[in-house]
Amino acid sequence: MFGDYSIGDLGSIFVMQGFAGLILFSVYVLMALGLAIIFGQMGVINMAHGEFMILGAYVTWLTSNAFQEYLPSLFPGYFFLAMVLAFLASGALGMLVEWGLIRHLYKRPLDTLLATWGLSLILQQAYRSIFGAREVGVELPQWMLGSLKVTDTIEVPINGVFVMCLTVLITVVVAYVLYLSRWGRQVRAVVQNRIMAGAVGINTEKVDRYTFGLGCGIAGVAGSAFTMIGSTGPTSGQLYIVDTFLVVVFGGAASLLGTIASAFSISQTQSTLEFFMSGSMAKVLTLLAVVGILMLRPQGLFALKVRK
Amino acid sequence: MALLPRVAFGAGPATSAVNTTGLAVTDTEVTVGILHSATGTMAISETGSIQAEKLAIEQINAMGGVLGRKIKVIQEDGASDWPTFAEKAKKLLVNDKVASIMGCWTSASRKAVLPVMEQYNGMLYYPTFYEGLEQSKNVIYTGQEATQQILAGIDWITKEKNAKSFYFIGSDYIWPRTSNKIARKHIENFLKLKVVGEEYFPLGSTQFNSVINKIKLTKPDVIFTDVVGGSNVAFYKQLKAAGIDLSKQALLTISVTEDEIDGIGGENIAGAYACMKYFQSLKNDNNEKFVAAFKKMWGDKTVIGDVTQAAYLGPWLWKATVEKAGSFDVDKVAAASPGIEFKGAPEGYVRIHENHHLWSKTRVGRAKLDGQFELVFETADLVQPDPFPKGYQ
Repeated sequence: MFGDYSIGDLGSIFVMQGFAGLILFSVYVLMALGLAIIFGQMGVINMAHGEFMILGAYVTWLTSNAFQEYLPSLFPGYFFLAMVLAFLASGALGMLVEWGLIRHLYKRPLDTLLATWGLSLILQQAYRSIFGAREVGVELPQWMLGSLKVTDTIEVPINGVFVMCLTVLITVVVAYVLYLSRWGRQVRAVVQNRIMAGAVGINTEKVDRYTFGLGCGIAGVAGSAFTMIGSTGPTSGQLYIVDTFLVVVFGGAASLLGTIASAFSISQTQSTLEFFMSGSMAKVLTLLAVVGILMLRPQGLFALKVRK
Repeated sequence: MALLPRVAFGAGPATSAVNTTGLAVTDTEVTVGILHSATGTMAISETGSIQAEKLAIEQINAMGGVLGRKIKVIQEDGASDWPTFAEKAKKLLVNDKVASIMGCWTSASRKAVLPVMEQYNGMLYYPTFYEGLEQSKNVIYTGQEATQQILAGIDWITKEKNAKSFYFIGSDYIWPRTSNKIARKHIENFLKLKVVGEEYFPLGSTQFNSVINKIKLTKPDVIFTDVVGGSNVAFYKQLKAAGIDLSKQALLTISVTEDEIDGIGGENIAGAYACMKYFQSLKNDNNEKFVAAFKKMWGDKTVIGDVTQAAYLGPWLWKATVEKAGSFDVDKVAAASPGIEFKGAPEGYVRIHENHHLWSKTRVGRAKLDGQFELVFETADLVQPDPFPKGYQ
């Protein structure tokens, strides 16, 4: 397929394809971070993760409408406020859900799967009743559309660069919070030994609630960012959930580094294969590779070494 | 409602004469089913069809109903789940004894419902443009089949853009694959041009950057797409972000109507061409009345796509057929269907063919920033429906 093209053409396609892979990587990390925190730190399988993302997307849509209506002069910058609001809304809903539902099920981890699946159906119908069954179009400020022309033939999508920067920022913040802050130490203490953590005076209930809230909040930010590249409708969350679980499980639960490594390998495989064969075939081969590796390494790429 | 003239029902012919098979027909009422997904993933698309059918039925009732009887609607929810569609269709036919069903959207739901319609002898009015290769006594297809929808559009864009090469991108299921097969045969065998790529993505795919790079590498004259659902939104947003300017790069889609543009955003798709039989912006008296009535009933912001309009035809065609047959009996309605005309169609004149599909015009529209299409081409005559096209299999 390369016979007819000049070296220059091929070079720029190579660069753009590299960017396509990096963008996919950022998208995967952003999707999976919230879930990795909840699944990894708390052992809760949150099937409603996609719906928390879509809540963020709807908040973005509402913010964009509000700005167009009342503050059209500030419209170019609305997206930043929208992301903060998305974080707060999804985080608050997450904490409410933890309080009302999840905390009663900590001793029955498999039941959380069923409960959160039910929750996801309830949320989908709630969105449908509130916002309507049709998809909504989130209008973006002009500067976020289009692409950066690096050279004549190399173009990089601006929204992709935006997602990349956002992913780096959020990953750094999450890593700092979990591994360097006092609260992060408490979270890890609760993960390692809940009873002992309680005995030394950590309020484990509060830690649980905030951890769940943080995970859901990040999902909300991800959803907000994805209004740039995907659709916003009552069931759009379902588009992401499979890939998200794939990344988290492949990376090994309870490991931030694992999530990143797994997102990187899956996204690169996927985007390279997509270039050489059809999209469906690329997906099949990627999934086969993941299944194969998980058979050899059931704990995922990275796993905490704990004494059993 | 109070403003509408009051209509007295019950002045029609005797029930025993117009209903010999035990359908739910009384002296004053006839029951009709609506079967679409009001919940689940497909609710996005099917909501418009439900709205159009309800509008048509309300208008028919305001005019005196069918054979002097008011249409009563029983609505069932297929919930985007194909076995549920079959179950609900059976319920409508067996328990409710409806005289006809307006319903289904995806081919999968139609295929699930078809055996039920044939077994219990029902009458289905199906609104979606679809892949063809089907014909049944018990179904009237009010949307276009694939050859009707595609061929005229490809011929037009080939001439207009002096196109030599095409690139196909679709979602991975029966409708895009069959449509692309027909398009490929037409391009390669009849126009003697080249298809330089054909790609399918799983339903729900949200990442198109790699294929967009491939398009940049192969530089096709025309991108031909039938991506559906949430993927559609992702595809056009990423196409725009990758710097592909649809005012220069010709793109012909058969899956984007005004409904989809609502989600995609006009700024992301402006300049693309769509090929189907109806656009909300069509200028004729029927359509202006239809659009005004639709917005009055469902709100100023609602948009009307091709399928919504086709769904609107269902109740009207059924009414005309019943009146010609002088009976609600399904066998008589099926037999009377060929040749039935509807002059009040928003798309213009339509007529039912022997094969239970509609004769209709094919049109090409160009997407504008405000989410509407500007009509750029329409066939001079009605295009004959050809669900089993020879030379395209």
